[in-house]
Amino acid sequence: MIYQGKQKIWADYQKEIPDNHWFYVRSCIRQNFFPGAEKMFLEICREVLKKDFYETEYHTTCGGIAYHCDTIPQETVMTIVARQFSLMTEAGYENYVASCITSFGNYIEILETWREFPEVETRIREMLWKACRREFNKPKYVAHASDLIYKYRNEIASRAKFRLVNRFTGEPLRVVEHIGCHYSKMFPSKGVGGAEYPYVLCGMIESWGGNVIDYPERRHCCGYGFRQYHVKANRGYSVSNTYKKFESMAPYHPDFILTNCPGCPYFMDRWQYVIAETEGKTYGENGYGIPVLTYEELASLVLGYNPWDIGLQLHQVAVEPLLDKLGVEYDPSEKYKGLNEKELSRPELPGVLRCC
Amino acid sequence: MKENIVIIGGGIAGLEVAVQLLDLGYKPIVIEKRDRLGGHVADWNLLFPDMIPARDVVGNLIARASEANIFLNTEISFVNKLKDSYNIMLSNGISINTRIIVMTTGFALFDAAKKEEYGYGVYDQVMTNKDLEHWFNTGDDKRVNDSAMNAVGFVHCVGSRDEKARNPQCSKVCCITAIKQAIELKQRFPEAMVYCFYMDLRMFGKKYEDFYINAQRDYGIRFIRGRVSEVSENIDGRVIVKAEDTLSGKPVKVTLDLLVLMAGIICNTDSTRLANMVSLPIDSDGFLKSRDNVAEIIESPRDGIFYAGACTGPKTVPETLAEARAAALKVHLFIKGLK
Repeated sequence: MIYQGKQKIWADYQKEIPDNHWFYVRSCIRQNFFPGAEKMFLEICREVLKKDFYETEYHTTCGGIAYHCDTIPQETVMTIVARQFSLMTEAGYENYVASCITSFGNYIEILETWREFPEVETRIREMLWKACRREFNKPKYVAHASDLIYKYRNEIASRAKFRLVNRFTGEPLRVVEHIGCHYSKMFPSKGVGGAEYPYVLCGMIESWGGNVIDYPERRHCCGYGFRQYHVKANRGYSVSNTYKKFESMAPYHPDFILTNCPGCPYFMDRWQYVIAETEGKTYGENGYGIPVLTYEELASLVLGYNPWDIGLQLHQVAVEPLLDKLGVEYDPSEKYKGLNEKELSRPELPGVLRCC
Repeated sequence: MKENIVIIGGGIAGLEVAVQLLDLGYKPIVIEKRDRLGGHVADWNLLFPDMIPARDVVGNLIARASEANIFLNTEISFVNKLKDSYNIMLSNGISINTRIIVMTTGFALFDAAKKEEYGYGVYDQVMTNKDLEHWFNTGDDKRVNDSAMNAVGFVHCVGSRDEKARNPQCSKVCCITAIKQAIELKQRFPEAMVYCFYMDLRMFGKKYEDFYINAQRDYGIRFIRGRVSEVSENIDGRVIVKAEDTLSGKPVKVTLDLLVLMAGIICNTDSTRLANMVSLPIDSDGFLKSRDNVAEIIESPRDGIFYAGACTGPKTVPETLAEARAAALKVHLFIKGLK
């Protein structure tokens, strides 16, 4: 691997990311998967970095999953998105940041479509007006939330309580980064680092002290792939994709996987249980799996937040071995305590995949 | 004969023009920006289809053109159009007035690093056709490991016939060059598996089809019709290539010790720069535009400016030499006032 070759490509794909004043839109599914991630994004941006991030309860789905499953036409998706932009306009913002990768890809695709075909934009404006008497300005900048954490990565590093270093060996942690397919594969220039060697997560890992692993199936889909998972008969494809990735990364012995997409951390986390049950295989050390984190969760850990406050107990794969390597202190008895110290029920432990 | 004739470019086209003009009794001036003559062909090892050493072809031309006024390490600073002539200022401070310029500025190779998915400049075991010729000539390239050359792949049309690379034209010589290089590698590493990933094979030249048949029948080179989708690196440093075999309708994945990218031919940026100085038109493929592309390919729309070789588009060596001879004849007729 020629690191300088990647640096050259990364230099070609840097994008302008405004520092402040963002209209934030959540994902449909992330709050069900790893609810701490979005909460911590706003917590870090607002409370730690003192930035202005606005969100509104009137925001809805962007329609991206239905669009990619071919269940609604693009005009419908465009009108939904036009309404989101009208919310941003109403709130007085020009910078639009999406939590979801598919939403981000959706917004970029729609804006590019309108740029190429202005008559489509005109028609959508008419449809929005007829539907809900709303008007909108197009955002000046559209970013994915991981772009923002990438932008703030050095600021986060300067406040970090933990580095991505194995405290038992003193070596940098080995990190697999996995980028959501809709981040830059459609429009390489819209992603930090481009489509082939995206830098957005690598930049965080490097800034926080870890080593990035490049493995043969790095570019491969996590296995979610809407039509693979949402069509029940296709779910075998979903898990087989995930299996392919894990088989490919296994020889590199990663300490954890970092992701920036709603589906990727969920499927790479949960399918490890399924692979363990069906194949009898586990990929972490001593029978554990490989922890899969969102970038918000990782930023929170680096900044010293309590792992149970950021929702790491919702991962299927045990995160404790990673916390031990990082030196993060945690109380195992607190893991399944809810608000007000209320004891929540403990999940049943799987038969093959070792969990805590 | 006292007539300044300036040949811009000291590759095989420029040298052949000079040789012919010397034979006709002129004393042409050859301007070459590099420190040696011969252009791209001088970097090549053997020439298809008869495996003639490139150095013999180039060496012969250099010897025969030695009586010309040759400026090495010299660039064109600017060209001014005067009433009936051109004033050329060279980077060495010399100024030349001439009625006649022969553009033999040749081509440039597509920068294979722009096809990011192939990993040139990122993965250790990926090289270009030019790099491989350098290894054939010198034996010096750590990417070629004599003791571990079990599988090699060639990717055709890298930056050619590629809208995404903004290079829609065919580079013409890459198909046959890939076959030549595949055979040469197979001769050196008989046990190695050699794969060629191609869109379609354009075997238009004399003996090319025979060469292609030989590659399959005598050397066992495997031709896979399909584009490579991505290249990645294995933990042991070898490269993994994913492609589609469009004939069998199946995806293929192979692990290789070496991947050779057949970088295509694009217009030399020096040609474009010079063209701008004297208002020469550029064709839709980015190369210099001839008066017409059938009967007057070696003539520019401007009086006294002629073309030869790959400055007007990808050419084989014999085509380039034939054009150079024709251009020399045109220059002679121009001087004689016959045209």
